Amino acid sequence: MSKRSWYYFAVMLAMAAVMVFAAGAPALQLAEAQDGISGELSVMGFSLPDEVATVRVDRFRELYPDVELNITEGGLDQQQFLTAVASGNAPDIVYMSRELLSTYAVRGALMPLEDCIESQGIDMSQYRQAAVDQVTIDGQIYGIPEFFNVILVIANTAALEEAGLTVDDIDISDWESIAELNEALTRIEDGQVTRIGFDPKLPEFLPLWAAANGVQLISEDGRTPNLNDPKVVEALEFAAGLHEAAGGRQDFMAFRDTWDFFGSNNQFVQDQLGVFPMEQWYVNVLSDVSPDAPVDFLPFTDREGNPISYVTGNAWAIPVGSSNPEAACAFAKTMTEADAWIAAAEERARLRAEAGTTNTGIYSANVLADEVIFGEIIQPSGNEKLDKAIEVAVAAMDGGFGIPANPAGSEFRQAWQDAVNRVLNGEQTAQEALDQAQAEAQAAFDEAWMFQE
Amino acid sequence: MTRLSRRERRVTLQQRERLAALAFISPWIIGFLVFTAGPMVASLVLSFTNYDVINPPKWVGLANYQRLIDDPRIELSLYNSFFYAALHVPLMMIVAMALALILNQVGRAAGFFRTVFYLPSVTPAVAVGTLWLWLLNPRVGLINRALALIGIDGPGWTTDPAWIKPGIVLMSLWSVGNTVILYLAALKNVPIELHEAAKIDGANPLQRFRHVTVPMISGTIFFTLIVNIISSLQVFTEVYTMFFGNMRSGTASSAGLFYNIYLFRQAFEFFRMGYASAMAWLLFIIIMILTFIQLRVSKRWVYYEGA
Repeated sequence: MSKRSWYYFAVMLAMAAVMVFAAGAPALQLAEAQDGISGELSVMGFSLPDEVATVRVDRFRELYPDVELNITEGGLDQQQFLTAVASGNAPDIVYMSRELLSTYAVRGALMPLEDCIESQGIDMSQYRQAAVDQVTIDGQIYGIPEFFNVILVIANTAALEEAGLTVDDIDISDWESIAELNEALTRIEDGQVTRIGFDPKLPEFLPLWAAANGVQLISEDGRTPNLNDPKVVEALEFAAGLHEAAGGRQDFMAFRDTWDFFGSNNQFVQDQLGVFPMEQWYVNVLSDVSPDAPVDFLPFTDREGNPISYVTGNAWAIPVGSSNPEAACAFAKTMTEADAWIAAAEERARLRAEAGTTNTGIYSANVLADEVIFGEIIQPSGNEKLDKAIEVAVAAMDGGFGIPANPAGSEFRQAWQDAVNRVLNGEQTAQEALDQAQAEAQAAFDEAWMFQE
Repeated sequence: MTRLSRRERRVTLQQRERLAALAFISPWIIGFLVFTAGPMVASLVLSFTNYDVINPPKWVGLANYQRLIDDPRIELSLYNSFFYAALHVPLMMIVAMALALILNQVGRAAGFFRTVFYLPSVTPAVAVGTLWLWLLNPRVGLINRALALIGIDGPGWTTDPAWIKPGIVLMSLWSVGNTVILYLAALKNVPIELHEAAKIDGANPLQRFRHVTVPMISGTIFFTLIVNIISSLQVFTEVYTMFFGNMRSGTASSAGLFYNIYLFRQAFEFFRMGYASAMAWLLFIIIMILTFIQLRVSKRWVYYEGA
């Protein structure tokens, strides 16, 4: 072969090699996508404020090193999310309140997760049923739940003592005795309230008061509001009436707005509050800023004396248009599985021990994780009050209920909260306000279902 | 041939000038078409549809406009917005004028005071809302504490539905600096000779203000009147932060429901973009009518130098 021939042969060989490589490249990429999860993963609505978040995210990064995680930190901005979905730039995964999730799901903005659950082998029975119910619409699951905020009752023992009472005298199931307790603990000085006896936490806890009276605000199938049910009306009349001892809604609110709620001079330290129902995360606040505050804890019960709790929390959902649903599904699974929560709880326990503060636990919505967290990781702290708070909160998880999935979450919440405010402001009676709210909520539901169909 | 070629040259010159002018204003024209006219046309079309942003719009004809008539919260929110505008606009203009007149008398320190009065205007609206929620607190707020010093038992600015709108008006004076700067600039341009002539004719300060200053700055007064009316009907951020955002207490669910807040909620919380578009067009028409009336009436009292 001449020199020139060798040259042509080499060029042809090189061209053939390039062609073979080019033809094979998509096949190689496909093999990578099939074998392992990779690519970019954009996350919306989530923040990394503490070790509970960072440990789980770091764990995902270790398990899926080929996924480039891009977290836009901050709470879910509905306006931002809607415009992102509408413009075809939906995030790959979104973190949102379970009460809002169904609103997006019925409009087709979120993917049903049956394929995700099957492909990743997610065991849905590990999550608390009340949380799963909130993300299930017409039998289809649209979110992987996390966090299970429960409610417990926090009482000011100094105020009780001053009134000649103890925490054992508080009977949440007996509404007459709550009203008497409210009167006994309310303190008025120079015509101004200086201690609220019993804060019913309205409007946000109306679902709790209604449930205590034996009725949910919405039917289980999420299609019919029960807002003007006589038991809801009775519950609102009672809870709103608790404001009167403090001089009415205006004085009550003006005083409550002055509390240093998250600070070391909070309402218990300053003796500004007798008793109120509150989410369990507030125990963390008290533990951090005022571990010696004169408080005690007890469960919130219905009128039969059974512990109940209005639960809230978030969920991971995959928007329609997600460009990497496989990685999104893996992320949802990894963030909510028992091992992730246990790792986060262990890190929290270590940090709390270092700081010398009480570890009040993580309420994960994962039953398996909760068993390990509260059975093994959380140990008696020596602070009897906080240990009791943990015990009460853990027990409350079993009696938890949530607002069932419905197609107009925001508008439904708006309807009943506005109704409560109209009653508190003296604009309407409870019956009038809830009749109006019922009509508004039903119209919103009908419109949303009709629009979907 | 010579005359024709001259005309051709002239036309070419005119065309070139026209093209140059168009080139210079084209950034504005493009911006207006893309960011204002386009969205306006889109919102007009959407106002005849049922649109939740996620799914394609469905044509519903005039249903959204019919809903405007049937929805009691439209009347409530319009009442709240007009109530606010009726208090805010005159108060803002009077306070701004008073401050501008004082500043106009200050000598060398005028620059310092101008800056001081303007500074609050650059505060982010969300921060203003949060700040004023504390200032207006009936129990511990500075406003009621100041009133208590002169023996007045301050009202429930943030808790009493009857006082929520006046409280918001009080807060709106925080940004009075914008109008003060405009009035001050106008006052500086009033010829001193006119005041001297009026003084020689025996006019007292009040007469000089009424018959010399006001006519000479009437163009600026008219401008601030229109701008303040429009902005007061569009008030949103501070009120939303105070009563409807994360700090919501629920007390202002009716009294603080201004038109733009209701519009925002319909669009981005209740997914009714079509209805929200119809609401936006109703507000646009209201503002257009008000502006048209003001333009007609202005001919009787606004003086344009050289016009």
